Amino acid sequence: MSTLLIIKIVIILIIFTITLVAAMYSTYMERKVAAGIQDRIGPDRAGPWGIFQPLADGGKMFFKEDFIPGKSEKWLFILAPGLAMFTACMTGAIIPWGGTVTLFGETFNLQIANIDIGILYIMGFVSIGVYGIMIGGWASNNKYSLYGAVRASSQMISYELAMGLAILAIVMSTGSLNLGDIVEAQKGGQWNVFYQPLAFLLFLVCAFAECNRAPFDMAECESELIGGYHTEYSSMKLGFFLFAEYINMFISSAVISVLFFGGYNFPFMHDLGLSANAITFIGVGVFFAKILFFIFFFMWVRWTLPRFRYDQLMQLGWKALIPLAVINLMITGGWLMFKGDLLAMITKMF
Amino acid sequence: MKSLTNRSIEVSNKKMTLMERIYLPAVIGGLFITLKHLFMKGATIKYPEQTRPVSNVYRGKHVLKRDDKGAERCTACGLCAVACPAEAITMTSAERQKGEEGLYREEKYATVYEINMLRCIFCGLCESACPKEAIFLTTEILPANFEREDFIYGKDRLVEQIDKRIDVSKRQTMEVVTQKFND
Amino acid sequence: MLGYLFYILSGLTILTAIMMIAARNPVHSVLYLIATFFMVSGQYLLMNAQFLFVVNIIVYAGAIMVLFLFVLMLLNLNKETEPQKSMKTKLAGVIAGGLLLITLLGALIKGNVSSENLPITDIGLVKNLGRVLFTDFVVPFEISSVLFLSAMVGAILVGKRHNGETEVISE
Repeated sequence: MSTLLIIKIVIILIIFTITLVAAMYSTYMERKVAAGIQDRIGPDRAGPWGIFQPLADGGKMFFKEDFIPGKSEKWLFILAPGLAMFTACMTGAIIPWGGTVTLFGETFNLQIANIDIGILYIMGFVSIGVYGIMIGGWASNNKYSLYGAVRASSQMISYELAMGLAILAIVMSTGSLNLGDIVEAQKGGQWNVFYQPLAFLLFLVCAFAECNRAPFDMAECESELIGGYHTEYSSMKLGFFLFAEYINMFISSAVISVLFFGGYNFPFMHDLGLSANAITFIGVGVFFAKILFFIFFFMWVRWTLPRFRYDQLMQLGWKALIPLAVINLMITGGWLMFKGDLLAMITKMF
Repeated sequence: MKSLTNRSIEVSNKKMTLMERIYLPAVIGGLFITLKHLFMKGATIKYPEQTRPVSNVYRGKHVLKRDDKGAERCTACGLCAVACPAEAITMTSAERQKGEEGLYREEKYATVYEINMLRCIFCGLCESACPKEAIFLTTEILPANFEREDFIYGKDRLVEQIDKRIDVSKRQTMEVVTQKFND
Repeated sequence: MLGYLFYILSGLTILTAIMMIAARNPVHSVLYLIATFFMVSGQYLLMNAQFLFVVNIIVYAGAIMVLFLFVLMLLNLNKETEPQKSMKTKLAGVIAGGLLLITLLGALIKGNVSSENLPITDIGLVKNLGRVLFTDFVVPFEISSVLFLSAMVGAILVGKRHNGETEVISE
């Protein structure tokens, strides 16, 4: 085996572990943030400040009774949580976690696969991410689960459109579908969020909807549908669904950072006189700080806003976000097309 | 209809302005409110380690006091049971035998003295009814339990232990005692 | 290596396609169809047609089949509500299907299907595909977009409330 292959396998393992650990500690962070916002303390019994709480929760999940309803579709019922987990984990493969590193005489990217259709790949896995929820909800043979599944699917299809159109503006201005290129194009503080604030806002709202997070958690809203699609699930199957949600949140935060906040870029990265490897490792740290902030933002919003009503959700998606995304796309296209003329006109005027 | 208080507000169905319909200013305002709360001090008291300060006359778990020599003060007169509005107290009495003077102060004593803590409303009437200053409520909180039977407290859990005396002097002040015997 | 992958994928494609027809439960049928789409996408990937691979997943597996599944789940079809077809319809179905099979077989036997390996080209990459679409095939491309537009207008027209009908959901 070549050194590069071994390095890639190590990177895959590290990223997989980081994704799982990040999702695990997101549950802890969520409970702490919720507690903080509600003037409470949160979990603090398992270990100092309760940092072993996720382990305790995981252990509890494993030892709970694993119940499969008698009239359910047994195989689909078992398949669904695995599918949800699989689609959640797969998206991490193309996130550029860092720049280039030179180790053991090999130069490589901190990225599992640098494919040219990175953004399309994300859209693809986002769009099939709904199957875990749909199959789980239908196989449970429970009307609340079915409601949850149906809501989740219609919500995800509706918001995928606005999401794709918002990303298209970024793709047009960068001229590439490759996530690595998009990050490189944002070097030197040229973050897309400054040039495409509307696209950022649209993408953020759609990311909330695609992750089924509050205020768009229609698929599992406790007050109406008991637990939505995971009403009938117990034990680690339920754990997988919840885990997949947190992994989705982690990946969404990573994608937001990559597309709009320069990924692993940080200001003055080439002015400090550091070696290339040092810059890369600081960059990875900066990237994770950005991800952490967005995970916090997801939680912050969840514990602030009430849930949307279903018709409001659809109205927001179809009547507000999609037209705005189209307008944004047109403005971006017009700017790219007539940039030279406009700049010449402005300079002539003054 | 005339309103009883002046606090009622007329509900209006007015059309929202554009600023309100954009919804984002309100969202950002809400986010800052919750952010403010994130840095506020929590209201939680971590119970087993910290306890909430309670009054000296807090009405918690009961205790059957012993006198200075370690003899039980209760004479099983039944006044507490009569006074109890929830009928939580039951008792059986017996006569003191020769040689038991160190155990019981009076000639009559309670062989069984039970308080059903599920019935008890912690009103403290038993405390004020007792002529022998035998039963007191303490500042101790009644612990939770799994079985209903475990809430019936017998003498084993009510009578004060000789080596672990419970101080009730804070609630048995001079004013309390004089008022009790004047009534 | 790639050849074996091709045979495995083809076998699975045919298997899932047959399962899709054979399944009694419509939801199972749709799920098998989705699996078939994934296998076909895998074939695209083997031919280095990345764009087709992803678009097939996004559009067919991710959007159209979700809508199919959505409708089927809402209809909640099962054995009890399965409509009983008369003998005549069954016979007509068999004849029509058989004719299609004969046509396909005839075309395959008579037609000139080369078995040699097609060279792997870069035409399937996004950049090349986009260039071809917007230079050589720009007129058909735009005409097909007009077709979609007319389909969309038609759908809106069908779904639109007629005058006099009251709005069900108030804002």
